[in-house]
Amino acid sequence: MRSPVPRGRIREVRFASGLDRSELVVVDHRDLTGPNEVLLIEPDQPVLAADRVRHLHEPVLLLAHPSREALRRAVAAVEIVVDPEPPVLDFTVDPPPGGVQYGDDNVLKRLSIDKGDVETALAGAARIVEGEYRTGAQEHVYLENQGMVAWEEGDVLVVKGSLQCPYYVLKALGHALGRGPDRVRVVQAPTGGGFGGKEEYPSLVALHAALLARKAGRPVKLVYERGEDMEATTKRHPSLVRHRTGVDVEGRLLAQDIEVVLDGGAYVTLSPVVLSRAIIHAAGPYACDHVRIRGRAVFTNSPPYGAFRGFGAPQTIFANERHMDVVAAAVDLDPIELRRRNLIENGQSTATGQVIDDGTDRTALLDRAVELSGWHEKKAAHAELARRHPWRRRGMGLACFHHGAGFTGSGEVVLASRVDVAGLADGRIEVRSGNIEMGQGTLTVFTQIASEASGLAPSAIALAEPDTARVPNSGPTVASRTVMVVGRLIERAIEDLKARLGLPPDAGGDRFAEAIRAAHAERGEAPVGTATYQPPPGVEWDETTYRGDAYAAYAWAVYVAEVEVDLRTYTTRVVDFVALQEVGKVLNETLARGQIQGGVVQGIGWALMEDVVLEDGAMANAQLTNYIIPTSDDVPPIRVTFEETPYAHGARGAKGLGELPIDGPAPAVVNAVARATGTRPTTVPLTPERLMERLEEGRADVA
Amino acid sequence: MSPERGSYADPAVDYHVEIAFTLNGAEVRIRVDPAERLLDVLRYRLGLTGTKEGCAEGECGACTVWIDGLPVDSCLVPAVQARGREVVTIEAVDPMRLRPLLESGATQCGACTPGVVMTALWILDHPDLLETHTVRELMAGNLCRCTGYDGIVEGVLEALEATRDTEREPA
Repeated sequence: MRSPVPRGRIREVRFASGLDRSELVVVDHRDLTGPNEVLLIEPDQPVLAADRVRHLHEPVLLLAHPSREALRRAVAAVEIVVDPEPPVLDFTVDPPPGGVQYGDDNVLKRLSIDKGDVETALAGAARIVEGEYRTGAQEHVYLENQGMVAWEEGDVLVVKGSLQCPYYVLKALGHALGRGPDRVRVVQAPTGGGFGGKEEYPSLVALHAALLARKAGRPVKLVYERGEDMEATTKRHPSLVRHRTGVDVEGRLLAQDIEVVLDGGAYVTLSPVVLSRAIIHAAGPYACDHVRIRGRAVFTNSPPYGAFRGFGAPQTIFANERHMDVVAAAVDLDPIELRRRNLIENGQSTATGQVIDDGTDRTALLDRAVELSGWHEKKAAHAELARRHPWRRRGMGLACFHHGAGFTGSGEVVLASRVDVAGLADGRIEVRSGNIEMGQGTLTVFTQIASEASGLAPSAIALAEPDTARVPNSGPTVASRTVMVVGRLIERAIEDLKARLGLPPDAGGDRFAEAIRAAHAERGEAPVGTATYQPPPGVEWDETTYRGDAYAAYAWAVYVAEVEVDLRTYTTRVVDFVALQEVGKVLNETLARGQIQGGVVQGIGWALMEDVVLEDGAMANAQLTNYIIPTSDDVPPIRVTFEETPYAHGARGAKGLGELPIDGPAPAVVNAVARATGTRPTTVPLTPERLMERLEEGRADVA
Repeated sequence: MSPERGSYADPAVDYHVEIAFTLNGAEVRIRVDPAERLLDVLRYRLGLTGTKEGCAEGECGACTVWIDGLPVDSCLVPAVQARGREVVTIEAVDPMRLRPLLESGATQCGACTPGVVMTALWILDHPDLLETHTVRELMAGNLCRCTGYDGIVEGVLEALEATRDTEREPA
C-alpha cells in the first residue's frame, strides 16, 4: 500500500469494516527490528513511511494473504489517509517552493571539477557558444518485473529473487532487521534483465518480502505487476545541462564551462555517484586546458531516480555531443572536423587531469566510423532528396564518447572485491563470486576466463550460485565492471590456487586437475585460491579535489546515425546505425555484439520515443501501451564494429563495455534530426510532438 | 486498484465452468473461473511456468502461446476460450529447433524468449508469410529489451535457411 500523494503527513491507515482479517498479514514501520532505513549511501529513505510521505507511491503498509483474490479485496478495503503538503515537482526551479525538505537547500549532492582558469580562457576566446540541454526520465522495462521470495530457515532469513547485487541486499536486510550477516542469506535467481533497475531497488522489495515472511511465519512471494513496477520503482535521472564553450578561430576548445543538474527525487539513494559519473563524462573525450564543471543532484517529491545503464553519463554526453554540433555550426566547421581537432591524443589529459596514454587512436576511430557509415556519399543523396521530395528528409549525425569502466575514483579500492576459486574433489574448479547473470553473459564469459586461465575444459568449470552463504563479496554487477574487474580477479584466484598447490603459474589442464584431486585425497577438503582487488599501478585519485585517474580504463566509441524524418507526421525513423568502439579485447563476439546492439536500441528509444510523463512527480503513463519502447520494426540492423587494443589489467585484455552503447545513440540521432530538418533540438526524447514544436518555431522565426 | 474478480451477481451461485482442451498434445479437463486468464491457468493451475507474464495487457508478447496454430497473448485470453481448442506452449518445443536462435544471440536474459520462440516457430512453420511481411514486422509483437532484435531476426532468417536446405536434401 503506497502513498496517494507526493508529500504529506500520514493521518491514519483505515481498514474498511467487514474486512476479513483472519488470514491477512499486515506489516507497517513498527514491525522493523532495526533502524527504519534502507542502507545505501545516506540513511534518509525509510523502509516503510512512518509519519510522513515524500513521494507518490511511497510504501507505507504491506499486506499478504494466501489467496490472491482475497489480497485484492483487502487492498481495496484499506485506505491511507494523508494530509497533503505542497510538493516540489520541478528540479530546475531554485529556490524550491514549499520550503526546504533536505539539508539547507534541497540539494542532495554537489560536486565539481576544476581544471585551469575558465574565465580567463573564455575572455580570450574568438567565440563563446552557449547551449542548454534537457533529458527526460527513462524507464528500464526489464521484461521480468521486480520479484522476491522470502522465508525463514531456522534462525536464518533467506531471500531469493531478481537482483544485481546480492551483498547490497544482504547489508540492507541486516541493517533494518537488526540481524548479523550470519542470520540473513541472499540468493540471486536468474534475473530477467536489470539495466541498473535491479541495482538498489531490490533491497526495498527484499525488505518488504522479509518483513511479511517473518510476520506470517511462512514463505512470502512478492512480485510486482508491470504498472506498479513502472510507477513506483527507479528511473534514469532527468537532467538539465548548460554549456558555455570558448573556441579559437580554428575551432579548438579553449574553455568548457558546464553546469549539470540532476533530478534526484525524494531520497538520496545513488544520486551522489550518478552525479559523479555524470560530471566526469560531461566534457567528453576532448582535450581542453580550462574546464569547470558544477554538478548538483536536487531533491524533488518524485520517486527516487536511480541506477540505469550509463549512470549519469548518457545525460551529460547527450548535452556535450549535441553541443559540439552547435559549436561546429557557430565556427562554420564540419562537425567531424571540429571533433578531429579536439579529440584527446595520447599524452593529453581529461577534465580531471587524467593523462590518457592507452595506445588507442581516437582520430582513427572517428575516421573509420565515418567511412563505415558512408557519411560523405549519403550527405549528397540527402541534399538531393530534400530538393526533390516534399516531406521526406534525411540526415546523418554522430557522437564521439567514452565510458569509464568499473567504480569511479577510489570506488574499487573501497569495495575491495574478493573472488575465490575452489578445487573440487573430481579435479574441476568452482568459481565463487557474487556477480550475477542477467542476460549480459556473465556465466559464459566467466567460464571462458576460468577455462583459459586454468587450462581446464569449459565443462570442468563450475560457477557457484550467487548465494551470500557460499560466495564472497566480489562487488555488485554494475558499472561495466564484471568482466574487466571481477574477471581479472578470477584469473588471479586461479593463479593463487596453483601457487597453493605448489604449481608454477603456467601449469594447467591435466596437471592442475591432478594436483587438485591429490590435495583432496591428502587433506580431505577443497583447496581454495583467492584474490582481492588491487588497483593497477599508477592509478591515483583524489576524492576531495576530484583530480586524478577517475577510472582505471575507458572504452572509446564513435556512433553514426542516419535518420529519416517525415515532415507531415514529424516522426523520425533511424534507417542506419554504425556503432564503432574500442573496448579492449573482445572475449565473446556474439555476446559483446548483443550488448552493443541492445544498448543502442535502448538509446534510440530514449532519444525518440520513451517519454515518462510525470504527474504529481510520478509516472502517469505506467503501461507498455503508452510508454513506447522500440520493437523489431522500429529499428534498423545495428552495424557493430570492434577495434581491439588489449588492456593489460583487465581479464584476457578486456575493458568494460556494457554501459557504453547507451551513451551515443541519443546525441547521434538528434544530431541527425537536426541536420535533416535544419532545426536545433535540445531535448530527448525528441518525440514527434516536440519536433513539431521545433519546426513550427523555426517557421515562425522565418516569418 | 485492480477490479475485484470472482464476484458475480449471486454470491450463492458457483459460476465456475468446466472446460476441456488439448494442451501440448494431451487432453486437459479443468474447472475455471470465467474471468481467469489462460496465462494464469497455465502457470498457476497447470504448472507450466515457461510462459511468462511481462505486461498483462497484450503489448510485450512474453506470454505468447499458440491456440489452434496461431500465436496469441495468453494474458488477454480468458481460459474458457480455450475450450475445445488446441493449445501449444513453450514446454512442447523441440529444443533442437532453437539452435539457430541460440547461436545468433537471440536470447540474453531469457524473459522474452519463450514468447519470442513461439512467434519465431510460427514464422518458420509458415515461410509464405515472408512473401508479404518482413521478419522485423512479424516479430514486432514481441518486445525484447536486451538484444536490440538483431540476434532474433538473424536467428529466424538462419533457421529459415536451414529449413530450406533440409527440404532440398534428397529423401
